Amino acid sequence: MARRWTNDLTTADVTPEALFLNRRQLMTGAAATGLGLTLGRPAGAAEEMPAPNSWEDITSYNNYYEFGTGKSDPAENAHSLITAPWSIRIDGLVDRPGDYDLTDILAKMDLEERIYRFRCVEAWSMVVPWQGFELADLLDLAGVQDAARYVAFETVLRPEEMPGTRYPVLDWPYREGLRLDEALHPLTIMATGIYGKPMPNQNGAPIRLVVPWKYGFKSIKSVVRITLTDQEPYASWNAYNPREYGFYSNVNPNVDHPRWSQATERRIGGGLFARRSPTLMFNGYEDEVAVLYEGMDLATYF
Amino acid sequence: MKAWTWRPISDVSVAALNRAARRLPTWVVYLLGALPGPVVFYQGLTGGLGPEPIKALEHALGLYALQFLLAGLAISPLRRLAGLNLIRFRRALGLLAFYYVSLHLLVWLLLDVQVPAAIWADLVKRPYITVGMAGFLLLLPLALTSNSFSIRRLGRRWRQLHRAVYAAVLLGALHFVMLRKGLQIEPLIYFSLAVGLLALRLPLPRVCRKAE
Repeated sequence: MARRWTNDLTTADVTPEALFLNRRQLMTGAAATGLGLTLGRPAGAAEEMPAPNSWEDITSYNNYYEFGTGKSDPAENAHSLITAPWSIRIDGLVDRPGDYDLTDILAKMDLEERIYRFRCVEAWSMVVPWQGFELADLLDLAGVQDAARYVAFETVLRPEEMPGTRYPVLDWPYREGLRLDEALHPLTIMATGIYGKPMPNQNGAPIRLVVPWKYGFKSIKSVVRITLTDQEPYASWNAYNPREYGFYSNVNPNVDHPRWSQATERRIGGGLFARRSPTLMFNGYEDEVAVLYEGMDLATYF
Repeated sequence: MKAWTWRPISDVSVAALNRAARRLPTWVVYLLGALPGPVVFYQGLTGGLGPEPIKALEHALGLYALQFLLAGLAISPLRRLAGLNLIRFRRALGLLAFYYVSLHLLVWLLLDVQVPAAIWADLVKRPYITVGMAGFLLLLPLALTSNSFSIRRLGRRWRQLHRAVYAAVLLGALHFVMLRKGLQIEPLIYFSLAVGLLALRLPLPRVCRKAE
């Protein structure tokens, strides 16, 4: 049951890669001559119509600590991850638990393009043209039981292929979770590609979660297990430091991270003189998702 | 040389190093030490620092500052423990550290945070920013009194004043540890180096002095 949600952005809004790179060169040149402050803004700067980031930006600036904590580490190290064959174990409170082969899953799914804002908890952001399908459709394959309230996710853990896991930066494997209604929301997708190409390893190949109204770390990469539960599941950053990273981690300009403000963000790709832009409530998806949190104090459940 | 000192390199090579150091003009250290600043800025302008050059530039400058502070702190232990005399470069190392701390601060103010109100909010609300700024403020009077005139003028008080660098390097390393996500090794290495170099300055316990 795809097409529950329609993009307000289409492929026509995607800056062709070549043109985007030209624009960056122009901006860099302009910055060097002192004009950067005006030209360095994201083109148009309109919140409704952000130009997606280039393939190069999206695939070279990543947080994927299993391959190193530096932003360029995943692009350098993630080639060692073997992504085929791949299966996802779906278990817990489902009617048909088991290992679901990715090829079989994809044969049943209707891939769509979703151009989403992506906001990192570290106050930077991108716009990414994903391809994927709604998580709800995947959960339908397994049949969610009535008692289920939450969905737990787990990233693959293979120390021999993932050099960053030799260090106890987090308690591996990386784990995340959503409330069931969040997981079933039509904005929530499992993505398998970017710009029409297969998902690069550093971005979470072969399949990852994308929850566009939450901070990026909720959108767990290289998923190998999905468990339906009746209790709030373990979430890696939340467990590491519950004061700094809440279970919900909805993008919210009014609730600061203890170490930095979340009121503004910097779009990646604007060069050395990029200006900050205001962060939008629920990352600009307030109309779609605010209803999920009605009556909740978002400063308490951050 | 004292009997208990470490001898990682032979006395002959230490003597050769000392002779070479005496011949090396200090302006060479200033020049080579300052060069990475403009180089990293140029890289930021031309895409060499990746898709997000602001943070990359800010972090590179902060790291250079910490490295020069640690290098400055290594001078006197090197002389005491290895007989290597690099004391004539210590002022250059300290001033280079201050140069990088200042550039780091400028990038944070002008390119990173940008909004004056947000700068103030960060300073009072974010402990790692407060800690970093305290380190900078401690270094400021040291940089201002690093000239020979001040050294003569302040006499004994100059030495006391310049011990503030011990606190500054700890604050700088702590600032680095505090700003990372997760348990990461690199900042902890810097912090341990800072603590280690300071520990070498503590009065030695009697057992160690026995052989003197």
